[in-house]
Amino acid sequence: MDNRFAETVTVTPVGATIADVGGGIEKMRILVIEDDKEAAAYLQKAFKEAGHVADHAGDGEIGYEKARDNDYDVLVVDRMLPRRDGLSVVEQLQKEGDHTPVLILSALGQVDDRVTGLRAGGDDYLPKPYSFTELLARVEALGRRAWSGDVETTYQVADLVLDRLAHSVSRNNQTIVLQPREFRLLEYLMKNAGQVVTRTMLLENVWDYHFDPQTNVIDVHISRLRGKIDKEFDKQLLHTIRGAGYSIRDGI
Amino acid sequence: MTAFSRTIRTTAFKLSAMYVAAFMGMSIILVVYIGQNSVSIMSEQVDETIRSEVNALSDQYRLGGIRRLVRAVDRRSRQPGASLYLVTDFAGNVLAGNISRLPAGVLDEADGRNLQVTYKHLQRETEPAERENTNRALREITTPEKTQEAIVRVFELAGGFRVLVGRDIGESKRFREMLASALRLALVGMVIVAAIGWLFIGRRVLKRIDSVADTSRTIMAGDLTERLQVTGSGDEFDRLAISLNAMLERIESLMYGLKEVSDNIAHDLKTPLTRLRNRLEAALREDQDTANYRDTVQSTIEEADHLIRIFNALLRIARVEAGSPDQDREDIDLSDIVREVSELYEPVAEEEGVEFTLGECQTVIVHGSRELIAQALTNLLDNALKYGRRPDDGPSTISVSLEVSDKEAAIVVADNGPGIADADREKVCQRFFRLEQSRSAPGSGLGLSLVNAVAGLHEGTLLLEDNQPGLKITLKLPLSGVLKT
Repeated sequence: MDNRFAETVTVTPVGATIADVGGGIEKMRILVIEDDKEAAAYLQKAFKEAGHVADHAGDGEIGYEKARDNDYDVLVVDRMLPRRDGLSVVEQLQKEGDHTPVLILSALGQVDDRVTGLRAGGDDYLPKPYSFTELLARVEALGRRAWSGDVETTYQVADLVLDRLAHSVSRNNQTIVLQPREFRLLEYLMKNAGQVVTRTMLLENVWDYHFDPQTNVIDVHISRLRGKIDKEFDKQLLHTIRGAGYSIRDGI
Repeated sequence: MTAFSRTIRTTAFKLSAMYVAAFMGMSIILVVYIGQNSVSIMSEQVDETIRSEVNALSDQYRLGGIRRLVRAVDRRSRQPGASLYLVTDFAGNVLAGNISRLPAGVLDEADGRNLQVTYKHLQRETEPAERENTNRALREITTPEKTQEAIVRVFELAGGFRVLVGRDIGESKRFREMLASALRLALVGMVIVAAIGWLFIGRRVLKRIDSVADTSRTIMAGDLTERLQVTGSGDEFDRLAISLNAMLERIESLMYGLKEVSDNIAHDLKTPLTRLRNRLEAALREDQDTANYRDTVQSTIEEADHLIRIFNALLRIARVEAGSPDQDREDIDLSDIVREVSELYEPVAEEEGVEFTLGECQTVIVHGSRELIAQALTNLLDNALKYGRRPDDGPSTISVSLEVSDKEAAIVVADNGPGIADADREKVCQRFFRLEQSRSAPGSGLGLSLVNAVAGLHEGTLLLEDNQPGLKITLKLPLSGVLKT
């Protein structure tokens, strides 16, 4: 119940490859600060397959130095590290004005641990064990956020337009009426247009709950949204990415 | 530590000693104060009496000379309770008076000052000769025995006559002695009372403290079922024992929970782990093509995820059960949670053809964790969707409502499914317990355990009732503010 990511993991079909998940995003430089060599090597390899570049630091001190001296797009930081705790690395960087987005990994994984992690300056939090698809989706969302900022007032994907100020949605100049929650769901998907968002990311960002509902509640909400924005149109924009989540994009 | 030094160290002894010292000090101050005051009052009285006697006698002397004085002295000295008088001539012969002996030299100090002297009263019955013959000689005191004390004044008159006027002060001396002995008696009494008090405290009170210490040692040795004795007298020790027992109750339930978790882990995690291992072994052993390998790996990942999910759920339940009540908690509006979670599940119910109704939700504030209460409600709705379907093909319904009384709020989730038999209602909250009829459905048997733990954390209750037909689950949570009192 607790593992917010298990939903995604459980349905990971053999067919889902990393290339399916990591699409439509520029190449990112990622620093993985993780003391478990095997896990770090796996992450580096997997990030590379997804089209990114990943460096590795084996302890908190080296991690801090690398993060300070290089320009990374996203940091992936384990909480418990030799020589220097992951949270203190994040805090130190924040203090020095380095606002590189940080995703914190932790084996602790309870609600309050997440809160401490985010309070220390982390931008996202993922409990171990995680699935790579989940991690990649979150890292890419963080990297993109760093580039685009949060200032856009309208989002557009093909002919689908969402106006954040007017709270209106239209496609092909036809107004689409959405429930408030459906609006927020679409808003989050369009903010991350072209990228994969996982079910847990949606539950966290749209509903602000950090646990894993056992039935596929998110799927039902997505299919309702799809009924409103895609059903009447030839071109499907809201795609289901098998084994990962959803993506709104113009194309396949 | 010797028995004595142990005794000295006890609180009872220190307290007793302190009280005794304080009482003794006060008593001494009191007695000395009374003594001094009465003695000074008495000596003033003596002084006053002597002065008036002297005045009266000097009047007599002025009126009739030495003869009249002697007569007056003689008359006065025979009255009962008389003062002390003595009149002598130049040779020291007694002319009148009621003093038979005096220390040497007293009569020479004839300057009218107060003198404190020892003397012997004239015993007229035993000394008849002296009564007849007033011209006797004054004998001097040689031995201090049988003497009395007095304040006297001596005056010299013309012709070598000497007059002594005085007053016995034996009375005030006796009074002082009486006070002193009363003080001694009181001090001895106080020590005795203190000793008795100390014995009482030591015997009764220390014995109870010792019994607490003994019981604690037994508990530390591992017997968590042991409890401190409560005598029912309602005193401080009872209150202490009740609090400590409540604490022990909590510790025991936590320990029991921990043991249960490890038992559960042993039983319910080993089974899927064994299955997982068997599957991998079989894949290695049997000659399989790549597609089969992929299938095996795929199902192994699913199995691992299932395990992780169980593991996390167990951890979370244990964390919630052990949780400090204030962790992650704030005043929250329960109706928000009920509305949000209902909104989350309503489409799911609709999709599955279940009629979902949400009752009226008025604002109600409880002190709790939004995340945990929402998860509890999620689990309840999940269960209702999974297990609360009508056995025949009639329309299934799920209704959610929020009921408020003056002390608590109740989230009620009711379905019209098969319900739970009376005998099983207790068990469904236990970890890993699954009803016979639902074993084939997916699930871990941990959902209600978490709901129960969340209820416990919020000092609420979880109630399972027959909905006739179906199951009605009520999660009662105390209102914010009610909890503290």
